[in-house]
Amino acid sequence: MKKINIKINGRVIICDQGKTVMQVANDNGIELPNLCFHPDLSIKANCRVCVVEITGRKSLATSCSTLVEDGMEIKTDTERVKRSRNLNIELIFAEHIERCPTCIWRFNCKLLELADKYKIEITKFSDRKSKRKVYKFANAVEIDGTQCIDCRNCVDACGNLQKINYLELRGKGVNQEIAPANEAGGFPFAKRKSNKVDCIYCGQCAVHCPVGAAQEQTHWQMVEKALRDKSKVIVAQFAPSIRVSLGEEFGLKSGKIMPGRVVAALKQLGFNFVFDVNFAADITTMTEAEELLEKVKSGGPMPMFTSCCPAWVKYIEFYRPDLIPNLTTVRSPQIQSGGLIKTYWAEKMKINPKKIVVVSVMPCTSKKFEAGRPELKINGNLPIDYVITTRELAWLIKKNKIDFPGLKAAVADNPLGAGSGAAAIYGATGGVMESALRTAEYLLMTAQESVCSGEKDKNKLKLCDSRIEFKAVRGQIGVKEAKIEMAGKKLRIAAVNGIGNIEPILKNIKNYDYVEVMACPDGCIGGGGQPIPTTAAIRKTRLEALYKIDVKSKIRRAHENEAAVGALKWLEGKGGLKNKVLYTKYKKRN
Amino acid sequence: MDILSKIKKANLVGRGGAGFPVAKKWSSVAKALADKDAGNKECYVVCNAAEGEPGVNKDGYILEHYADRVIDGMKIAINFLGAKKGYLYLNHSYYKKLHKKLSVLSENSKIEIFVKPIKAGYIGGEESAVLNAIEGKRIEPRLKPPFPTARGLWNHPTLINNVETFYNVSLAAADQYANKRFYTVTGDCPNEGVYELPDNLTIEKILKLTKNYPKFSFFVQIGGLASGEVLNSSQLKRQALGAGSIAVYSLAKNNYKKTIKSWLDFFVNESCGQCTPCREGVYRLNEVFSKENIDWRLFNNLLDNLSDTSFCALGASVSSPIKSFIKNVYSDIK
Repeated sequence: MKKINIKINGRVIICDQGKTVMQVANDNGIELPNLCFHPDLSIKANCRVCVVEITGRKSLATSCSTLVEDGMEIKTDTERVKRSRNLNIELIFAEHIERCPTCIWRFNCKLLELADKYKIEITKFSDRKSKRKVYKFANAVEIDGTQCIDCRNCVDACGNLQKINYLELRGKGVNQEIAPANEAGGFPFAKRKSNKVDCIYCGQCAVHCPVGAAQEQTHWQMVEKALRDKSKVIVAQFAPSIRVSLGEEFGLKSGKIMPGRVVAALKQLGFNFVFDVNFAADITTMTEAEELLEKVKSGGPMPMFTSCCPAWVKYIEFYRPDLIPNLTTVRSPQIQSGGLIKTYWAEKMKINPKKIVVVSVMPCTSKKFEAGRPELKINGNLPIDYVITTRELAWLIKKNKIDFPGLKAAVADNPLGAGSGAAAIYGATGGVMESALRTAEYLLMTAQESVCSGEKDKNKLKLCDSRIEFKAVRGQIGVKEAKIEMAGKKLRIAAVNGIGNIEPILKNIKNYDYVEVMACPDGCIGGGGQPIPTTAAIRKTRLEALYKIDVKSKIRRAHENEAAVGALKWLEGKGGLKNKVLYTKYKKRN
Repeated sequence: MDILSKIKKANLVGRGGAGFPVAKKWSSVAKALADKDAGNKECYVVCNAAEGEPGVNKDGYILEHYADRVIDGMKIAINFLGAKKGYLYLNHSYYKKLHKKLSVLSENSKIEIFVKPIKAGYIGGEESAVLNAIEGKRIEPRLKPPFPTARGLWNHPTLINNVETFYNVSLAAADQYANKRFYTVTGDCPNEGVYELPDNLTIEKILKLTKNYPKFSFFVQIGGLASGEVLNSSQLKRQALGAGSIAVYSLAKNNYKKTIKSWLDFFVNESCGQCTPCREGVYRLNEVFSKENIDWRLFNNLLDNLSDTSFCALGASVSSPIKSFIKNVYSDIK
């Protein structure tokens, strides 16, 4: 990259050509405010908050969209810059109805931060959006028009990133609003889309919204209420991805591994028991590996798709119901976990399942929708009662003034306590597939159909140990493909990283035997319920953390988790209950 | 002499309002095209006949009387660039009036008539919004750079010129360009209309030649009833630049409240909503201005903010009529 000289506020800076003024400023410790800018999305430059003065230019320039040029002289703090920047922030503030007391953004609100930093008069203009609609998508995500600042990040996340195109802009000027595509009128689009579209609840709109207008439908209020109800046993379970991201909400470095503090925080919030969903992820891995081998043996239908991602499942049910038979029937880890808590654990503890309230902490908004699927009921009980996101948990911790970074690590409760390394990587794109392959290869080599059936050929296993790492399905690229051979069987596999990359796979479906799809970029660690900001660089650190947990784990294969195998064996003896806890079915939606 | 040299010799400038040298624009499209890989030499020509600026009718007039010249100019551009296609992006009311004639003229050519969607409004004439309209996207300006010359329709180099510009190209190609242009004269005057006159006349001269010079106290707005600059009757010794329109306002009929309010109402309705200073700023300008006690400091800050930080030239131009009106006509009202 060619180096050039520029000046910012009189200081000479040597920088790379091709960078924007904002990038160079940030690289050199000069912070420029921004709202509509997000590194995951293309530059829109519509908030006009990052303006700077460039010598020789008639008007101010947006630093997010202006490339540096040799000899460029930039000023970021002249009276002219301050006047426009502050005025634009004030104008934006008047679009956003403040609901600070119950807003989960309160402790890290970008608008309040800007107001504070630049001494903004936040009530200079009267609120103009108090009568705007709130659009709710199932019980998972909402777009609150009264808080929207018209930056359009949500539209870009839904369209350009995820290629779902459920959200669009309706109307123009001050009357424009973000609305679900099916409800929006034609204008000002020249042509209309005719295809039916629906939300998959991935929440990428929410995780890319700078002001919480697009966000999860919060359920922390109900969780708080449940925590006060002493007649219930209230149980929390947390997903693989939470432990490497929650710290970011408290100023810890992204990618910090802290399962112990997550458990401790949940205990302090008043949960009677805290379980680690990694345990159930091992169950999922084993049941999914078995189903994969069964399908390979019986001829399909192939490919088999993973079904851990509820946004992906919704995608299939709505957009490609013809492929429902290809989805694995295995329930996702959170659902299997909730089911085991209300059956296996309830029996062990002699607690009436109806008295147990299970709260999932998920990196995901779509998990809220998944938890409410009526077909998941076991003897009339839903496995999960409430789902809250990573952000909602962070809010509860802050609201209760718990010093998260200072917490002493605690251990998740048993017997649904620990998971293998294979479970840890469930949060990473390719992770579910890699975990299943670890166990599938073991089953093939030992000529077993099920992890419970006992090893028929132990010697063979010793001669050629099954593999642990399948690196071909790792990484942040859009689609990862490989051909692998396991005990003489050839499998063509692919991991789709983000639903926006699904099209080429669905077009060439016959080329694959096993496909993992995660709707969110880089998998659950980039989920719609994760801390904000979530960017490719931050996701990378979270991914690395998960693989670090895997490498450091004593056991790295699901079937080596004896407690998990024990739970499966318990189910083996329970007749029809086994199917109810482990498997599900899907239905066409339109 | 090749066409580019002829255009250069004639000193043609864009007649859409910005006055950008035509040869320069054509050259940058040609260069962008030359820089592309051999297999990817697609490019387009667009004639902007949106004419959305109120009080400017000259493009409609030209199409009515000299459509053959305009189509000829487009064909010259298409040949010059080897363009895949040319679009005549046509104002709906002109389409209704002229579509038969235009279809005949563009028969067996690469030219397609694209009717500007009725509700595309004011912004629908901004050149990158025109591209969006043709592509079926939301009709609003695109982020520049990249400029349409390098990445226009479907990301291919695209030449966009105004109706009058293509008319002039046709004349220049035939060595008939005589340094004339079309002026729209409108407002409180007896002989409203479009006049073809030498391009260096002063406003005063044009008003007198067309027998429109008022006997009453008046002011004028040059370049359109929305974004044009306002001048008082002692400032008319200059040329009518931009889109070449002169609107005459009787001072008695147009008090400052009514005049400024009508501009603000127009811009509130026509803002595409993309950027903060225009979407929110114009709305707040209207709000501030509608109050009994006008906060002039805030009013001026909002105007400066528009010219300083708007996304597109149309947003930036909101301040022009209001500021020049206050400065040149009602300098005492603050």
